[in-house]
Amino acid sequence: MQEPAITSELIEAHGLKPDEYELILQIIGREPSFTELGIFSAMWNEHCSYKSSKKWLRTLPTEGPQVICGPGENAGVVDIGDGQAVVFKMESHNHPSYIEPFQGAATGVGGILRDVFTMGARPIASMNALSFGEPSHPKTRRLVNGVVEGIGSYGNCFGVPCAGGEVRFHPAYNGNCLVNAFAAGLADADKIFYSAASGVGMPVVYLGAKTGRDGVGGATMASAEFDDTIEEKRPTVQVGDPFTEKRLMEACLELMQTGAVISIQDMGAAGLTCSAVEMGDKGHLGIKLVLDAVPQREENMTAYEMMLSESQERMLMVLRPEKEAEAKAVFDKWDLDFAIVGETIAEDRFLIELNGEIKADLPLSPLSGRAPEYDRPWVETPAQDPIGDLPQVDPIDGLKALIGSPNYAAKQWVYEQYDTMVMADSNRTPGLGAGIIRVHGTDKALAFTSDVTPRYVKANPVEGGKQAVAEAYRNLTAVGARPLASTDNMNFGNPEKPEIMGQFVGAIKGIGAACLALDMPIVSGNVSLYNETDGQAILPTPTIGAVGLIAHPDEIIGCEVREGHVALVVGETSGHLGQSALLAEVFNREDGDAPAVDLEAERRNGEFIRANRANIKACTDLGDGGLAVAAFEMAEAAGVGVVLDDSDMSQLFGEDQARYLVACNFDQAEALMVAAGQAGVPIATVGRFTGSTVRIGASEAPLEELGALYRSAFAEAVA
Amino acid sequence: MKAAVVVFPGSNCDRDLAVAFRQAGFDVSMVWHKDADLPAGVDIVGVPGGFSYGDYLRCGAIAAQSTICGAIKAHAERGGYILGVCNGFQVLTETKLLPGALLRNAGLKYICKTVGLRVETSNSVFTEGYNAGDVISIPIAHHDGNYFADDETLARLAGEDRVAFRYTENPNGSRDDIAGILSENRRVLGMMPHPERAADPGHGGTDGAAMFRAMAGALTEA
Repeated sequence: MQEPAITSELIEAHGLKPDEYELILQIIGREPSFTELGIFSAMWNEHCSYKSSKKWLRTLPTEGPQVICGPGENAGVVDIGDGQAVVFKMESHNHPSYIEPFQGAATGVGGILRDVFTMGARPIASMNALSFGEPSHPKTRRLVNGVVEGIGSYGNCFGVPCAGGEVRFHPAYNGNCLVNAFAAGLADADKIFYSAASGVGMPVVYLGAKTGRDGVGGATMASAEFDDTIEEKRPTVQVGDPFTEKRLMEACLELMQTGAVISIQDMGAAGLTCSAVEMGDKGHLGIKLVLDAVPQREENMTAYEMMLSESQERMLMVLRPEKEAEAKAVFDKWDLDFAIVGETIAEDRFLIELNGEIKADLPLSPLSGRAPEYDRPWVETPAQDPIGDLPQVDPIDGLKALIGSPNYAAKQWVYEQYDTMVMADSNRTPGLGAGIIRVHGTDKALAFTSDVTPRYVKANPVEGGKQAVAEAYRNLTAVGARPLASTDNMNFGNPEKPEIMGQFVGAIKGIGAACLALDMPIVSGNVSLYNETDGQAILPTPTIGAVGLIAHPDEIIGCEVREGHVALVVGETSGHLGQSALLAEVFNREDGDAPAVDLEAERRNGEFIRANRANIKACTDLGDGGLAVAAFEMAEAAGVGVVLDDSDMSQLFGEDQARYLVACNFDQAEALMVAAGQAGVPIATVGRFTGSTVRIGASEAPLEELGALYRSAFAEAVA
Repeated sequence: MKAAVVVFPGSNCDRDLAVAFRQAGFDVSMVWHKDADLPAGVDIVGVPGGFSYGDYLRCGAIAAQSTICGAIKAHAERGGYILGVCNGFQVLTETKLLPGALLRNAGLKYICKTVGLRVETSNSVFTEGYNAGDVISIPIAHHDGNYFADDETLARLAGEDRVAFRYTENPNGSRDDIAGILSENRRVLGMMPHPERAADPGHGGTDGAAMFRAMAGALTEA
């Protein structure tokens, strides 16, 4: 086939800027072939190269005694004691999910699961954080239904329990939804597999599903803004097959046991190109691929198509040649394709052959090592004006407005479509706070949470960034877990705009400070930029996924609220209503500053909760909607009413940070008060769990009526 | 007493079922779908939940044609015990070891939650740990759990006391609220809910444990 001539239009269509193309010419000293241009565009797009974000990502704290492997590999690896490790990461699949919600979301789940089992870990938990446009927008219903069904269809078939997640709605996501998928797996700490190839002349082996034309150019698509032609981009979305993924995982884990695997890398964004370059580059080796050997689903595929295909459920490995027969037996057992497609070479060279012709011959290390890196101009987000005085709202009316909004209503419509109990180790399923999954066959358990409050980040990126980490810390703490580490999924608009870049920089600063102060290093992550449509950016959404350790079942704080229990707030309440849920839902205003995050108080109050867990019957963090929403949610989960003494709006709905709501009996409350006094932790009795109504000051409603609203509002809005 | 748990390439509750059998005292072996025989001396075969061969067509239809299914049928013909959970129930209807079929949920969506089941008979090794009329809480997790059988079959199942469990609040449109049924000789049970997910205190509910204990008790005596 005649390959197209390299023109400036073709270069632009590959997402390469003129100066980036100049750099290519400089590196290779000639005009690239069509296939080579495709390879460069795949490696140098924002999605794969992190060219706008790298400078700032480097500033994040990534180390700690608990960290076995930080960012840079397929997923982060964290020590959980007894020679075991948890391997986790969160990754976005935003652009594909907006174009084709079911397959986009499904393959997002598939991609993150592969990242985890590529490292030798069996996935044990998943989460997903979703952001959609306003419920009334014509696209929202289809997106919500498609994304949720896609996530469910993939995760349920694969067989990993969903431990939690988030769903939010805001007009800023009308043109770009966010699908952030998290997965965590379990491995022996001394049996982690990495991507660096080693040894010259070692076979490069292709495993898994066949290569088709799906997803060609997907990573480049995901590095661009949308306009009204996005429907034309549907063919760039991949198609998922969870049954193949399940077999691929079983086969990979079995193969790893045989000692045959030298290095392994899944084929995700930019498929064969990115995985081969990654293995070569990390191992300081060259790679030669003979594409004729690649298992193909379609006829007459070109080198360009094979190198850029994002067909799912594929792996690349470097294997010990003497173990080839053993390896092949494993893949035959699981009925998966297995082919030797190349070898490692000593020279720094990326050599691609097809039909006896050389289709690409590039120096390998510059493909990742010399990818452009930008120090994008940025401006600090201006300070917000104070919100001024607000009229008081009847507390029950305020509560109804919040729990009747799809943003704060119960999300069972979503999570009941996910298998939350497969593997039979789920101790706490989604609903209220962090999810808990037992570490199979041990006394340990892991807690999982995913958090961010985008309206805070928009108002004040630094405090908003801190808040996302602090909320994750609190959610883990509230179930009795010790926070271990985190993963960040940074979703922002166009970084070429200084104000968007300013949001990114601010959020990174806040996240970094909080991760350091709360000892939750970032061990993996993903950046998704250009989440804009027709120039309108999403709310800055740096999703934080975090994992906590529970050493023994006795450490778990359950949800055992009983009639007569005391309600206490741990932490200081000043009544901050700027950027609050109440302000947005009741007053239709999104202004004021985000609540400030006192990291020292966060740590002190969190340690207090963990140290006093024996006196706590139930605990939840105070977040969106403040005390009123938290007290209602706890009451609803337990089926016991609640009375709150103070009816002041800012006390009830203020979103001051570093706070927890605790339920316990009278004696325990007394003990907590004494302990808090000694630890210098603010604590106050705010009411009591009793009866069958929610009573706040003089205002009252039956718990059952509020519960019905809370349980139906989500489905009514979008189902 | 020996249990064998079948592993299809897309099974994902095989380990969970094995754990529940082991906790009740069974000696458990895992049996690969390409195997032609069950291990010698197996008392009960567990057909687990999951997506046997991807289930892109009719759930359990391809599994019913698998090599191991020949051995399972032979085991049933010998009067052996079989427990099919979720996908396992689908496989048992596809192999005709149990009557009826499992259609797409009436709401067309996958449902995972804990539901109430009424134990309809204590007359089987699976249910003798309960009293008829007991209401127990057991999780469900399926897309195709809507039990269908014709009127005649339903009447027979009811008349022969072969309905093991009914939903207290029908989640999926199953005819006659049926959640689990027994074979004619009462030695094969198929059920959509997952008793192995409510089998130890860490699950938050233990109502399923009595099933495994009862099986262990009955098969020890035998």
